[in-house]
Amino acid sequence: MELKEKLISSFLAFEEQVDMNSDVHEIRSRAIKDFETMGFPTKKQEAWKYTSLNKVLKHDYTVFPKKHDSLDYRDVEKYFIDDIDTYKIVFVDGIYSSHLSSTTHEKIDACLMSSAMNSSKYKPVIDNYFNKIAPKESLTSLNTAFSHEGAFINIPRNTMADKPIQVVNFSTGNESALLVQPRNLIVVGENSHVQIIERHQSLTDHPVLTNSVTEIFADKRAIVDYYKIQNDNINASLIDNTFVEQHHESYCSVHTFSFGGNLTRNNLNFYQKGERIDSTLKGVTVIEGKQHVDHNTLVHHAEPNCESHQDYKAVFAGSSTGVFNGKIVVEKEAQKTNAFQSNNNILLDDKASINSKPQLEIFADDVKCSHGCTIGQLDEDALFYLRSRGIPAKEARALLMYAFANNVLESVKIPELKKRINKIIAVKLGVSVGFNL
Amino acid sequence: MLKIKNLHAKVEGLKILKGIDLEINPGEVHAIMGPNGSGKSTLSSVIAGKEEYEITRGEIIMEGEDLTQFDAEERAHKGIFLSFQYPVEIPGVSVTNFMRAVINANRKAKGMEDMPANEMLKLIREKSELLDIDRKFLSRSLNEGFSGGEKKRNEIFQMAMLEPKLAILDETDSGLDIDALRIVANGVNKLKRPDNATLVITHYQRLLDYIIPDVVHVMLDGRIVKTGGKELAHELEARGYDWIKEEVSAQ
Repeated sequence: MELKEKLISSFLAFEEQVDMNSDVHEIRSRAIKDFETMGFPTKKQEAWKYTSLNKVLKHDYTVFPKKHDSLDYRDVEKYFIDDIDTYKIVFVDGIYSSHLSSTTHEKIDACLMSSAMNSSKYKPVIDNYFNKIAPKESLTSLNTAFSHEGAFINIPRNTMADKPIQVVNFSTGNESALLVQPRNLIVVGENSHVQIIERHQSLTDHPVLTNSVTEIFADKRAIVDYYKIQNDNINASLIDNTFVEQHHESYCSVHTFSFGGNLTRNNLNFYQKGERIDSTLKGVTVIEGKQHVDHNTLVHHAEPNCESHQDYKAVFAGSSTGVFNGKIVVEKEAQKTNAFQSNNNILLDDKASINSKPQLEIFADDVKCSHGCTIGQLDEDALFYLRSRGIPAKEARALLMYAFANNVLESVKIPELKKRINKIIAVKLGVSVGFNL
Repeated sequence: MLKIKNLHAKVEGLKILKGIDLEINPGEVHAIMGPNGSGKSTLSSVIAGKEEYEITRGEIIMEGEDLTQFDAEERAHKGIFLSFQYPVEIPGVSVTNFMRAVINANRKAKGMEDMPANEMLKLIREKSELLDIDRKFLSRSLNEGFSGGEKKRNEIFQMAMLEPKLAILDETDSGLDIDALRIVANGVNKLKRPDNATLVITHYQRLLDYIIPDVVHVMLDGRIVKTGGKELAHELEARGYDWIKEEVSAQ
């Protein structure tokens, strides 16, 4: 049976197992029908021209993970940013792990989607925000159909989350092939502030496919910083669908650090609904072998005096491949928009490749929009300069790649996270780095 | 210290150096002057080990070893330093962090441990004062947005940090106003010791008013065609290069 049919026929059993009477039952039922109509995306679609899911979808994934043995914190400690105090929302094979988590309901809610969906207390939040910006689109609809578990983060107005929140999804390999579909909802009230670090980590060599959907709402003057660490093992693939709706004078940044995994697709969409909004989208990709990372971004400017900043940098080694597809839409009403986009790539080997495509649709006349894309090798003159100072060729290359990625890291507001990302890049480049940037 | 014998080099099939002979002893300052395109900068890049240049004949002997068998970084470890005519901008690496990487790379090559942080800071402070460098400058990205003067000052600052045996200053005076020139030259002079040597590559005599050479060479079309004392530099400034060209063609 094809995966599509298998998933559709699993749907009833899934809903029975979770909560048939949930308020979202109707939304799920509609979504599975939408998925049935649309199916999985193919390379025939413009947005998927350079990313084929064929290989990833050939596995016989199950959506019903067996109950897992509990993980020992010490075994997975290294996957957390543990040198700072954080809230933790942790899932193992898609199931909440209470002993690895540290949730809260005190000033803010950092807890579970499954409980929020079934609680009268959170009904207004679910009614107002759940599945409101996630569009009818094949993979997103598939996630919606199976939406049940994930992080639920609700920050009331005038509240600063007292510590960052880590959302970590582990998979253990209890199943030979597992499809997990986390569904996260983040609602940040007026004048409120939150920092979130998200990670998907497979602890097995079995194939794992994660099809994640995250909806983020930033109310007036809210500040949301979202960091995605994509450093999964080589048999894990990730399709990340993130949708951000921003209101007046809010600031929202999403940093995506893509180092691991087999195939990674990031669908990142920002919708601006208000004036003087700032949207920041940044990414660092360092991959090798046959890895593939695809960034598909959209910034939708609908009102005047807003800004967006996109800065994606990538280093491709071996026969790794990348895609950057960045779309900026400026509506007629969105005068005085400042929209910037830059995508810089370094190809270290002849077989590595990148397809970079900016798409600008501008209907307003008084705007500043810029986009730039570079694809190159490391600068030979810079390499000679460093070597002439006594830095060996390998370290010189590493230093240049660091330098290349560094201005993306500059805007990371959690120093411990920045240090961690630096370290991952060092490991990735296979050098012991004698310098701190 | 450095002995260049019958050095020929080409780049992309084009012969640039056509038989250079040059000997520099410890404690000496040599200047190579010559018009644009005479091969001065090529010579400095070839000594420093730039791979684009192919050495077709000859050798570069430093303290008994032929340098041509070594990579650029190994030559640096042996005490060669090139102050670039156009220092490369490296956004994302601060001057301090760059210096730390450079010093520790050179120490590692000598089998030494990394320099302790406090010692490093002390050294950086001491050497930056020598070049009249502002503390704020040290936390800026290497050469990014630096003025011409700042770039050259930063080159000499690196030279001061590394204390090379042979420093090659490639057109260090280009793009400098008179104050910056004085600071840079002053720095170079302070670093002069009986056991090190300096090779100044320049188009104009101006820099040689501040860094007084022991020997002046004139380079034309890939060869050293005339060698003399510091007065040769003054003569070139007054009369240009044409008389030398005529002298050479008469031979």
